[in-house]
Amino acid sequence: MEVAFLIEKVVLVLVLFTLTLTIAAYSTWAERKVAAWLQDRVGPNRAGIFGLLQPLADGGKMFFKEEIMPSGANKWLFIAGPSLALLVSFLGSAVIPFGQNIEVFGRSMPLQVTDINVGVLYIFGVVSLGVYGIMIGGWASNNKYSLMGAIRGASQNISYEIAMGLSIIALLLVTNTLSFKEIAEQQHGWHWNILVQPLGFLIFLVCAFAETNRVPFDLPECETELIGGYQTEYSGFKMGAYMFAEYINMFVSSAVMAVLYFGGYNYPGMDAVNAMLGPTWGPLIGVAVMFLKIILFIFFFMWVRWTVPRFRYDQLMDLGWKVLIPLAIANIVITAIVITVVDKL
Amino acid sequence: MIMESLSGRKKVLEQKPMNFWERMYLPAILKGMGITFMHMFKKKETIHYPEQEREFSENWRGMHSLKRDEDGRERCTACGLCALSCPAEAITMISAEREKGEEHLYREEKYAAVYEINMLRCIFCGLCEEACPKEAIYLDGPIVPADFLRKDFIYGKDKLVEMPITELEALKGAKV
Repeated sequence: MEVAFLIEKVVLVLVLFTLTLTIAAYSTWAERKVAAWLQDRVGPNRAGIFGLLQPLADGGKMFFKEEIMPSGANKWLFIAGPSLALLVSFLGSAVIPFGQNIEVFGRSMPLQVTDINVGVLYIFGVVSLGVYGIMIGGWASNNKYSLMGAIRGASQNISYEIAMGLSIIALLLVTNTLSFKEIAEQQHGWHWNILVQPLGFLIFLVCAFAETNRVPFDLPECETELIGGYQTEYSGFKMGAYMFAEYINMFVSSAVMAVLYFGGYNYPGMDAVNAMLGPTWGPLIGVAVMFLKIILFIFFFMWVRWTVPRFRYDQLMDLGWKVLIPLAIANIVITAIVITVVDKL
Repeated sequence: MIMESLSGRKKVLEQKPMNFWERMYLPAILKGMGITFMHMFKKKETIHYPEQEREFSENWRGMHSLKRDEDGRERCTACGLCALSCPAEAITMISAEREKGEEHLYREEKYAAVYEINMLRCIFCGLCEEACPKEAIYLDGPIVPADFLRKDFIYGKDKLVEMPITELEALKGAKV
């Protein structure tokens, strides 16, 4: 193994790690700003210009708050819950391609930590591990509200993962690969998958809301009924870890949606731009486009949160099992038939 | 049996089953999202306190002030009616007798040497204002500001008594 390769990967991992943390931190700021704008308010504006230092202030507050552990809690699992949630949320971004190969110091460097050939499966595995953080934390708290939240989280994730997986199968019929890199490259220019899989995207989008526990599917935490659900007993930094994990999940699922359906770093007219700017700056424009898409998706998550009320539990299950899964299956059948017919012609 | 409505104002709402589009939820969600999106461009309702203050109505009750008469003498005679009328028991005072040579300071023969209002207890009902026979106390001040310690919310005469007229005019003169 070359030294240059190692350095390249270490730099990429560090940059991605910092970027993920920054984006997650500023998502909390953006969430409050977007909420304020949608409600005719101005939002945080005291800490720094436009309140940009607010995440630092909030983080500092989280660190110095008292950490309370309920006497009946299972000590190790109580700590393991938020740690696992945070750890697992970081894993997802490893397989996401953020740009085309970029030329630095005469080396062609992929802007992806690792291109495993089962990237989509990997993401699914990591996302379903995320629910363990919620389950363990909720159970270890020894609190009925927390347990209720944990149970809801588990059943919700199980239900929606099926529909999500089925919607992905239809996409895989089109792409014929599980590697994120290849999926992104197939969507060169304007050949985005949303154009061939609009229904699949819709199902995936709804499921992504459920998997990240965002409104309207935030039943595991729902402040109004379960006073925070699995977070009820958490305070200080552990609570911060849960919150951070949620925002990182949002970032990762936004990135996944951007790559799978919205072309990732591809944009119409990219060949002309690449030819003009060369192999170093051209791909960077692609990276900017990718992050623009991610930010738009994150905004969409927030926009929905401050518009739609929470689903009732039975309605949530109805939607998952009776609407999304049949729709996803129908989508697979139609896609398969169309592909076969097109191939035969 | 359906009861006859006595008032004649009863209105029975018919609940129709949802049609296909309504059951899809999506059109309604999109409409709602359009509404919230348009709110981003509306005028913000926020008043940036403390830089800005909202306009108060004329009968707004804010911080108390102990008044002076035309000659700049304190009106309060420490009768204790305000403390007695106070439902929150926020007011305490210690009275003292006016000495010779203090006539230009206090209007009455008895005055409040110490006059304290606990702003954490005060409910700004204005009963002290109504009880006062000497028109010495009015709740015509600004919002009571926030502070860090409980003891700092007990306002003494230094914060409550109106500025002497001479000083006020000096201040005005300085500003002009």
